[in-house]
Amino acid sequence: MRRSLLFIPSNSPAMLQNADIFGADGVIFDLEDAVSISEKDAARTLLDTFLTMYPLNKLEIIVRINQIETSITSKELEKIVSDRIDTIMLPKATKESTLILLNQLRNIEHEKKLTKKINIIPIIEMATSVLEVSDIAKVERVNGLLLGAEDLASDLEVPRTLESLEILMPRALTILAAKAHKIDAIDTPFIHKDDDEGLVKDAKFAKQLGMNAKACIHPNQVEIINEIFSPSMAEIHQALRIIEAHERPENIHKGAFSLDGKMVDKPIIDRAHKLIEKAKAWHLL
Amino acid sequence: MILEGFTPYGDKHPNSCLKINHRPSNNTNKQLRSITDAFDKLQIKDGMTLSFHHHLRDGDFVLNMVLDEIKKRNLKHITLAPSSIFPIHEPMVELIKHGNIENIVTNYINGPVAKTVSEGYLKGFLTMDTHGGRPRAIESGELMIDVAFIATPAVNSFGDGNGIQGPSQCGALGYMMSDLMYAKHRVVITDFMTEDLLIKEIDGHYVDYIVQVDKIGDPQGIVSGTTKPTKDPVQLKIAKDTIKVMDALGLIKDGLSFQTGAGGTSIAVAEILRKKMIENNIKGSFASGGITSYLVNMHEEGLFNELYDVQCFDLEAIRSYRDNPKHHPMSASKYANPCHESVLVNDLDVVILGATEIDLNFNVNVTTDSHGYLMGGSGGHSDTAFGSKVSIITSNLVKSRTPIIKESVTALTTPGSTVDIFVTERGIAINPKRKDLIQKLNEVSFPMMTIEDLYHKSIEITGKPTPLIKSDKIIGHIRYRDGSIIDTLYQVRK
Amino acid sequence: MKDLLTASAGTMESNDCLMIVSESDQLTIDLESIVYLQFKDQIEKVIRETLKEKGIEKLHVHCQDKGALDYTIKARLLTAIERLENMR
Repeated sequence: MRRSLLFIPSNSPAMLQNADIFGADGVIFDLEDAVSISEKDAARTLLDTFLTMYPLNKLEIIVRINQIETSITSKELEKIVSDRIDTIMLPKATKESTLILLNQLRNIEHEKKLTKKINIIPIIEMATSVLEVSDIAKVERVNGLLLGAEDLASDLEVPRTLESLEILMPRALTILAAKAHKIDAIDTPFIHKDDDEGLVKDAKFAKQLGMNAKACIHPNQVEIINEIFSPSMAEIHQALRIIEAHERPENIHKGAFSLDGKMVDKPIIDRAHKLIEKAKAWHLL
Repeated sequence: MILEGFTPYGDKHPNSCLKINHRPSNNTNKQLRSITDAFDKLQIKDGMTLSFHHHLRDGDFVLNMVLDEIKKRNLKHITLAPSSIFPIHEPMVELIKHGNIENIVTNYINGPVAKTVSEGYLKGFLTMDTHGGRPRAIESGELMIDVAFIATPAVNSFGDGNGIQGPSQCGALGYMMSDLMYAKHRVVITDFMTEDLLIKEIDGHYVDYIVQVDKIGDPQGIVSGTTKPTKDPVQLKIAKDTIKVMDALGLIKDGLSFQTGAGGTSIAVAEILRKKMIENNIKGSFASGGITSYLVNMHEEGLFNELYDVQCFDLEAIRSYRDNPKHHPMSASKYANPCHESVLVNDLDVVILGATEIDLNFNVNVTTDSHGYLMGGSGGHSDTAFGSKVSIITSNLVKSRTPIIKESVTALTTPGSTVDIFVTERGIAINPKRKDLIQKLNEVSFPMMTIEDLYHKSIEITGKPTPLIKSDKIIGHIRYRDGSIIDTLYQVRK
Repeated sequence: MKDLLTASAGTMESNDCLMIVSESDQLTIDLESIVYLQFKDQIEKVIRETLKEKGIEKLHVHCQDKGALDYTIKARLLTAIERLENMR
């Protein structure tokens, strides 16, 4: 259950140490684009010692590794995979590379005798990935899809715009694939970090389409994203009313009942329960 | 020297507020050709106390010109009483080391002079006052000034003056008033003489002599440009959380009176407050202190009815001060003197302040760093913390492996009994004495931590630092706003 | 005289440290830190323990610290050592 995921560059101690104060549901420790090639070794080691030794607050720990290009287990994955991380984020994901990652994770977990199963968030950022997004979503351990619109726009050979028409279809397809497989649809980050108004507009639109979370590239974006992707107080009250009404003796055995002149049936009741579950997890209740 | 009848802080009002008489000038022939002439005329000699204000800040030439004269005459055992000392006052270092300057009385000290005094070169004593304590000391006769050198951007032939005209304009002249009215002799130093003064903030009746020089200061250093709100995400979070706790306490309402500093985090707090006030259509009563363009803007947008100004930090503030009748001058005495009948700080609802250290009793240090090096001073810190209904300290919990919270502060500037809230990036602590605030925050389930928990969290992050040992050579003391000594200052260990 | 191999890792930014390691016939640690008085012992401890873990008995370590926490000291040292080894 995510709303906000904050990207943090792994080679910066100042940023690592403050990763957990901004209220993001999860932090994406980036070993890919935020780290220069000559510093990849330093970033890996720093992230490793950081996760081992620093008293981090509880949140989802995601690591964005570098693109998987062969089936040979990367040194990176060998080093990074441990009980301390929750999820691997895979850039330039394809069905093939996602399956390779799954396999490598299983091997390393077995080798290191880990007690947990590490999840996967593939990044959909190529035209081919958009076309096979459903196949990517169905891979075991994949519990969310992140749309990477900047790289995708390059792949489509179009400029990336504020209007975002160029990513309308990719957004919709990602959402459909995610929801069909009951996993998170995570929207692409809004890269204009000083434009709060633009962020709100973009996030609200993404939510309307069906995204349930959004990645953040700057700590200032987290609070806004959390607010937009959280149920509102009004929605929470309504959900509580629906649940309460359903539990009344006269309604509890009915397939459908009436509340405020509207029909309430199982899908609506289920949605209400899910909403309350989220509200509790996010301390809104 | 503590006068009889003073009860150390803890009382709302000092028991004894003695006052000596004003000293109007008898002099009619005021113009002198140079500072040298002033020294001759006034027979400035060994052992005298000379005072200055700090409105020209790090662009001040006047103090250095007087130091030059002291050096030329090799005067000794001088007590210097500038209201603040900045890096530009570096020439003081030599005079300290040679014993020309023996004692210093000030509210704020930074730069090479601070380092020199910290290292034990001052042969006499350093007294750190507050912005409110200094006028109290002057007006009571405790700090007896022989000659006050008053740098004034614009002056007429009678000695009236202001800070809003001339090439070295600096805006309000709040810090010179007590020196002007109570020093034995007053010398106004200016680089701009005019008979067309727009206002008379300095009353020529108190001026003994006028000296015109080429330049009294460097405009670049006087109004060092507007500080922008911080962009650092951690500082921004602290600023946002500060407004959140103010909101939860119901402080953001019509009639709010507010003061904040001029640093990046303070300005960020003002910016976020501004948005909140606009959103909720709140009209505050006044904003005060050192005035920046941000506060001017908020006033002009109708968010604060009035501005009370003891010093202007930038050109916008000067412009507003000059043109807007609701942008009022305020002497340091009116601002913060505990002996002033209607002292402004007692009307403040909220003040936002910084800290170099805070301890488990909420005592705050803004005078030294953890090694004992002088790097500031109360300024208005202790005064506003005392007077305001709610005082809020903002700071990183940990900065470059240095925990802000100590078991005990290295130097005590502002007593914990006057400090209410501590906001950090990892949590907010309320002084347990403020049961009223804690209750209010509990009612809305506002997350709070104890200061002990914050302390443990910071140690968990940095590891436990080896305690720094103080030397035992005393170099001065910190004097609270009512005149009581609240801490001793020690030489740093080499 | 053969030039001694040297490698470095880290930066001089706040909360980081610049770790420079060079081949040596003994173990020496040269530490400069903005929190020297408060954390000198702890930083040296981390350096020594890390070297012990790696089985290194001869190395010259020069650390310019800007308030790095233990995990950063360890990581920068490990990376510098790794880079030194890659040079051989």
